[in-house]
Amino acid sequence: MFYRETGQFKTNYADDMAIFPIRQDRIGIAIIIAIALILPFVASDFVLKTILLPFLALSVAVIGLNILTGYTGLISLGSAGFMGVGAYACYKLTTLFPEVNIIIWIFASGFFAAAVGVFFGLPSLRIKGLYLAVATLAAQFFLQWAFVRIPWLFNYNPSGAIEVPLRTLFGVPITGPTAELEVKYLICLGFVIGMTWLASNLVHGRIGRSWMAVRDMDIAAELMGIKLLNAKLLAFAVSSFFCGVSGALFVFLYLGGAEAGTEFAIRLSFLILFAVIIGGTGSMIGSFFGTAFIVALPTILKFGAPAIGIAITGATAEKIVLMIIGALTIYLLIVEPHGLARLWQIMKQKLRVWPFPY
Amino acid sequence: MLHVSPNTATTGIAKGEVLLSVENVSLRFGGVKAISDVSFDILKGEVRAIIGPNGAGKTSMLNCINGFYFPQEGHITYKGVRRQKVRPHEAASSGIARTFQNVALFKGMTTLDNIMTGRTLKMNVGLFWQLLRHGPAMREEIEHRRKVEDIIDFLEIQAIRKIPVGKLPYGLQKRVELGRALAMEPELLLLDEPMAGMNLEEKEDMCRFILDVNQTFGTTIALIEHDMGVVMDLSDRVVVLEYGRKIADGTPDVVKADQKVIDAYLGVAH
Repeated sequence: MFYRETGQFKTNYADDMAIFPIRQDRIGIAIIIAIALILPFVASDFVLKTILLPFLALSVAVIGLNILTGYTGLISLGSAGFMGVGAYACYKLTTLFPEVNIIIWIFASGFFAAAVGVFFGLPSLRIKGLYLAVATLAAQFFLQWAFVRIPWLFNYNPSGAIEVPLRTLFGVPITGPTAELEVKYLICLGFVIGMTWLASNLVHGRIGRSWMAVRDMDIAAELMGIKLLNAKLLAFAVSSFFCGVSGALFVFLYLGGAEAGTEFAIRLSFLILFAVIIGGTGSMIGSFFGTAFIVALPTILKFGAPAIGIAITGATAEKIVLMIIGALTIYLLIVEPHGLARLWQIMKQKLRVWPFPY
Repeated sequence: MLHVSPNTATTGIAKGEVLLSVENVSLRFGGVKAISDVSFDILKGEVRAIIGPNGAGKTSMLNCINGFYFPQEGHITYKGVRRQKVRPHEAASSGIARTFQNVALFKGMTTLDNIMTGRTLKMNVGLFWQLLRHGPAMREEIEHRRKVEDIIDFLEIQAIRKIPVGKLPYGLQKRVELGRALAMEPELLLLDEPMAGMNLEEKEDMCRFILDVNQTFGTTIALIEHDMGVVMDLSDRVVVLEYGRKIADGTPDVVKADQKVIDAYLGVAH
């Protein structure tokens, strides 16, 4: 009814190749961004702290892994490790050069993660699928070991943890204990919007097409003149870049401090992979659906269930969350490999032709 | 009229001269001899058919030409350059395109994206502008989109532009695959059973496209096909393989009358 593209004619290729070619989609995105901007001033600190901030920080990593797994077809279990690289790089950079703005360092930490990602992505030319996942597992464990065993990385803190220092932007504190949640949220949101825009530009162009070509049929891709090693390593680099930025956001703006042994463990890698699968491989919007799911579900169960009279303890809720995510991942892998994003697409398609079935 | 033009100017090989020649090529997989001592040539501008019973080594031959397999013996000379070993992307950049026996499209991508992927080698705007999707990146994208639209018009697949190719029927998939190969503006187009599994009407369409490509763009075509009617009608010259050996080579009429070919196809009394 209101979601129709009737009368919206494209008279040039640029319009036709726009990322949101339908006017209603553009309006929708504008509304979502407007809501996201108002949200911190409406939502309670609790929601901000337990749902919105981790959602924003993690969604960047989920987009990153989606580029690698969803678009290029390479499974990685090292995402949390690459996030850790970003977090530690950002910490070292901001403590070594405190005069440079933290925003720049958060972005720059992505490059360190990208370099590490490319190194651990090298085996991807020879091995595929499950075996590549195992190889990236090595990255995860090696990096986790390095975060704990190399005290230089956390500035020889006796606690062995990153202690996020106070950093400001135009005099307003944005990291550290005195920073307002709203400010942290808006900084995170800025990063998420910017990074999503870049990722979506990339996957719609030549590079994105060559990634998908490698995913769908690598021998034919080679025959189109795509060099498999270059395409795969670029995917690893971009993916790890996103993970790195996400890690820096995660520690500096959400956690406010972290011990790598616990935060960037294999569990987080799996959660990110599950978010990609649940949300929908090869879809930007799916990345957000998946992240929202894995971030919101624990909180909803822990605090929502008691509110409607179901008595479950926090520990039980935690286990139920893992069971639900596991079951849903298996279910989606079998029934709907393109995840929640596909359901979203079907819904939009139905809306377009409503009230007719097709 | 199509703006896609063959890059004849760059090669300097005139119509009728040898574009590619296969010299004494042998290919083994362990103890299995897939191709033994086969030689033939492909002239610029011709339609060259490679036929033979199942397992004769036809597809292996194409795989040698575009670099998926490396023959143990012999050479392949392409545009006057003799090569022992060639990588698939090198073959692609030197102007060899191909389609596959079992459609090898990028299933998750739309028809448009599949054909656009064929233009990868001709696009060179770097990562920075790709990230912004503005300026040079967008200009390049539009320029190639225009070329791709010409191919879409040529193959009459306008209606399926934005449909993921995985959802298309087989006949159309074959057509999109031809489109993807054409997008590379190849000089030599290798077609591996372009008409397998098609009905008569689809076959006729495909024949028309192949002849059009050959005649309008001057693209040299090497094709493997089992439908003898098609082969004899389309091709200028035919090479016949059996058990990895060449048993006949010549114009369709000569090959048709060759006793060895008849024996290979119909069997011999023992």
